[in-house]
Amino acid sequence: MAKVTIGKKACAVNPLKMSQPIGGSFAFLGLRGAMPLLHGSQGCTSFGLTLFVRHFKEAVPMQTTAMSEVATVLGGYENVEQAILNIYKKQKPEIIGICSTGVTETKGDDVDGYIKLIREKHPELANYPLVYVSTPDFKDAFQDGWDKTVAKMVEVLVDKPTSTRRDPARVNVLPGCHLTPGDIEELRTIFEDFGLEPSFLPDIGGSLDGHIPDEFTPTTIGGIGLEEIATMGSASWTIAIGAQMKRAADAMQAKTGVPYRLFERLCGLLPNDEFMAFLSEISGRPVPAKYRRQRGQLADAMLDAHFHIGGRKLAIGAEPDLLFDVASMLHDMGAEISVAITTTQSPVLERMPCEEVLIGDLEDLENLAKARDCGLMMTHSHGRQVAARLKIPFYRIGFPMFDRLGAGHLLTVGYRGTRDLVFALANLIIADREDNHQPTPDTWIDPWKDFQQVSPESAVVAPLH
Amino acid sequence: MSSLSATIQNVFNEPGCGKNANKSEAERKKGCTKQLQPGGAAGGCAFDGAKVALQPLTDVAHLVHGPIACEGNSWDNRGAASSGSQIWRTGFTTDINETDVVFGGEKRLYKAIKEIIEKYDPPAVFVYQTCVPAMTGDDINAVCKAASAKFGKPCIPVNSPGFVGPKNLGNKLAGEALLDHVIGTVEPEVTTPYDLNIIGEYNLSGELWQVKPLFDELGIRISACISGDGRYKDVASSHRARAAMMVCSKAMINVARKMEERYGIPFFEGSFYGIQDSSDSLREIARLLVERGAPADLLDRTEAVIAREEAKAWAAIEPFKKRLTGKKVLLITGGVKSWSVVAALQEAGMELVGTSVKKSTKEDKERIKELMGQDAHMIDDMAPREMYKMLKDAKADIMLSGGKSQFVALKAAMPWLDINQERSHAFMGYIGMVKLVAEIDKAIYNPMWEQLRKRAPWESASNNWQAKAIAQADAEAAALAADPVAAEAARRAKKICHCKSVDLGTIEDAIKAHGLSDVAGVRTHTNASGGCGACAGRVEDILARASAPAELLQAAE
Repeated sequence: MAKVTIGKKACAVNPLKMSQPIGGSFAFLGLRGAMPLLHGSQGCTSFGLTLFVRHFKEAVPMQTTAMSEVATVLGGYENVEQAILNIYKKQKPEIIGICSTGVTETKGDDVDGYIKLIREKHPELANYPLVYVSTPDFKDAFQDGWDKTVAKMVEVLVDKPTSTRRDPARVNVLPGCHLTPGDIEELRTIFEDFGLEPSFLPDIGGSLDGHIPDEFTPTTIGGIGLEEIATMGSASWTIAIGAQMKRAADAMQAKTGVPYRLFERLCGLLPNDEFMAFLSEISGRPVPAKYRRQRGQLADAMLDAHFHIGGRKLAIGAEPDLLFDVASMLHDMGAEISVAITTTQSPVLERMPCEEVLIGDLEDLENLAKARDCGLMMTHSHGRQVAARLKIPFYRIGFPMFDRLGAGHLLTVGYRGTRDLVFALANLIIADREDNHQPTPDTWIDPWKDFQQVSPESAVVAPLH
Repeated sequence: MSSLSATIQNVFNEPGCGKNANKSEAERKKGCTKQLQPGGAAGGCAFDGAKVALQPLTDVAHLVHGPIACEGNSWDNRGAASSGSQIWRTGFTTDINETDVVFGGEKRLYKAIKEIIEKYDPPAVFVYQTCVPAMTGDDINAVCKAASAKFGKPCIPVNSPGFVGPKNLGNKLAGEALLDHVIGTVEPEVTTPYDLNIIGEYNLSGELWQVKPLFDELGIRISACISGDGRYKDVASSHRARAAMMVCSKAMINVARKMEERYGIPFFEGSFYGIQDSSDSLREIARLLVERGAPADLLDRTEAVIAREEAKAWAAIEPFKKRLTGKKVLLITGGVKSWSVVAALQEAGMELVGTSVKKSTKEDKERIKELMGQDAHMIDDMAPREMYKMLKDAKADIMLSGGKSQFVALKAAMPWLDINQERSHAFMGYIGMVKLVAEIDKAIYNPMWEQLRKRAPWESASNNWQAKAIAQADAEAAALAADPVAAEAARRAKKICHCKSVDLGTIEDAIKAHGLSDVAGVRTHTNASGGCGACAGRVEDILARASAPAELLQAAE
């Protein structure tokens, strides 16, 4: 439906995009006892680290190969070797996840080769879990870094099954980076309510949910353990969430033969109907009463909220999977997706319920939202200046969310998550009307000027009867 | 209390109200209200009616003398808009306690007035009587009089305790309070030949401001709006206006008529809902003002504005018309007058499949019939289940109604639009009509409905509540059709006239047996509508059904 346009500007203004290595290291943060290591200059890590700390308000482990100018020119073998040895000795993580950056990719460091050499040189590291992903900053975006990393984890860390017997209760879940720790927890509960035993790869629900740990460790606390990842081949199904996870799901199927089902959306009524029906089918259990009730609550929330959301012109900026999920849900409730900005290519973009999706920045979002007279904006925290200038209600979604608390617990998945999101948005719109759009004696002084711009044709959907 | 009951009698003796004037002396004493049915009553009390009628006066303090229920449960719940003071939205109540009930609450009331004047200094304090202090005998008139004298501020007693009757009676008692204590107490600083009062308009969602720019353009000055965005001083000096428009049919007819009687201000009843109604009202206002001495060029100027605004409104509606022609609208409304909305929707090409006349007067009903032809399917006090069946059978595309019936429509995944007081959109005047059409368009074409109509994955077609409701209704109808005894019992059980306890069967039989064709005939033979007269509308519907040809009857069912 939508035409995907790539911005032609030389200068990105107020970027929407975060870099690929940060997305890659985010995936490593969902493994237990992990230490993400960025192969690049010190700043590559510290900026990423700052983003995570501001977003989650948690201590986040992350290390750097601290490439100097000389090392950059001559090659980073020694830096990688030293970094791995130091981390191995000091923090003793169960796994080190290495992501390359723009600097080292420009030089052309062969990190896979380095790792081979390091293992040969240091027998104690011969079988030590080291996963390397190539994630140059100058290519793709946060979401791509995540999905490449998860696919690599599958290739490296999952064992080839030795038996063809599968555990019918066990399911692998490959969540996209658009899901929060809260979303992961919600999904875990749903799976368990169907009697299924989910293994989330990665599991940021266990590591970044903002709990107070029993003991301090310099690596990730919680997350999925290596032994669990190794046995994912014995699961009966893999469930991938978000189109970005197709790469990892394919890798899982190729390596283990576990079939997968991809759910592009888990926000909204029908996507969750499909999800529930599927879980019911693979578990052989009826949908628990709890979710039947939650479905009714969501339907009711939609009815109550559509008066406010219906007809709203939305300007949304997010990574493809989050964009597609949330924008589609709001479109289904009658919102008009007037402006959709994203960061990177994805097969879901052309199926967006709008005319155009622009791979662009927040300046594009601002200009288009202004030109198209949008009445609601959704993007990450950097949208705050835009919202203030345009004086429109602003709901924060995606990463980073550094100026509000509870980023880790925002829900978009499930009947319940959708219900809460729908209420939150409707309340935001109501508050905006109360605060900024009370009628005055001058409201209708020149009513027609405003009105005839309305073209109902643009919002056409199939009539009901 | 004697003065209150006298006021109530006085209100019932309303020559401006056709319905009342047609009644016998004895019937009139019973009032214009349906006898409330214990266990079967819905809707507000007289206090509620008085409060909603006066509360849009924005700069006065509205003090409710009573226990916490009356104000605590209801304050700041109206969507009227103010261009100035917000004090009307402040909840003031004496919150009387047991001691006040035993020893009387007059002192507390007096102190409350004093506190309000000291802290908020409003131009006036309106004091609302409620049931409990009315029972214990608190004399709010005396307290208000004493307070007015002591503090030099008008304190206006509004004597409309809940138990004296329903909401519409309260509207009228509120009007009496204005007539007795406010209107004519202040002389206006300036007057013009273009001064107009608007009576019964509450400026919900600021909708008066959709029309006011047209008045401003024509030089017509609203000397007072009673009571939307009203100011105390404007209402107090409104007796010098040249003409008046009564907007909300009948709610404040006593104010309009008595102002005509006392101050010679002619009034007409009009509406700004719908394009035609707006034009008619503007014309009538111009005509009345010119009659009362405004320069005659006002007529031509008004025509010019009407022509321009109509053209603009039609142009704005045009793109929607294509999308809405043939769409079926089920209209169930109490507050906003049904007939004016009917006209408006037909202007946009929509088809009416039914309308309710619960609160509309007989005259309103006639107008609906006139506009919709004989096949209007009127709905009176419908049970939710029946309403759902009707929605389904009528294949309506959207239901328009007041807040309370929305849930039936919404749960049936039927688009719905609020056209009563609680609504958040303004629908008055030319622009308001276009807004209404746009809102209907938006609601009908919302893609959400398609999703909501899908069944949950675990649900089969036969076990959802909608299917059950239909099955139950069908089963009942089938049982009645198959069982003459039960059908007869059902006919006998359905009370039409509550005062004289006359059932549907008796009335239908009498119509058939004596070939009756009017309410008077039915009254003579069965005594139905011989009491309060409120069931006359229902009797008319029965008469209409009895005289309708068979196929039309089927279509209507």
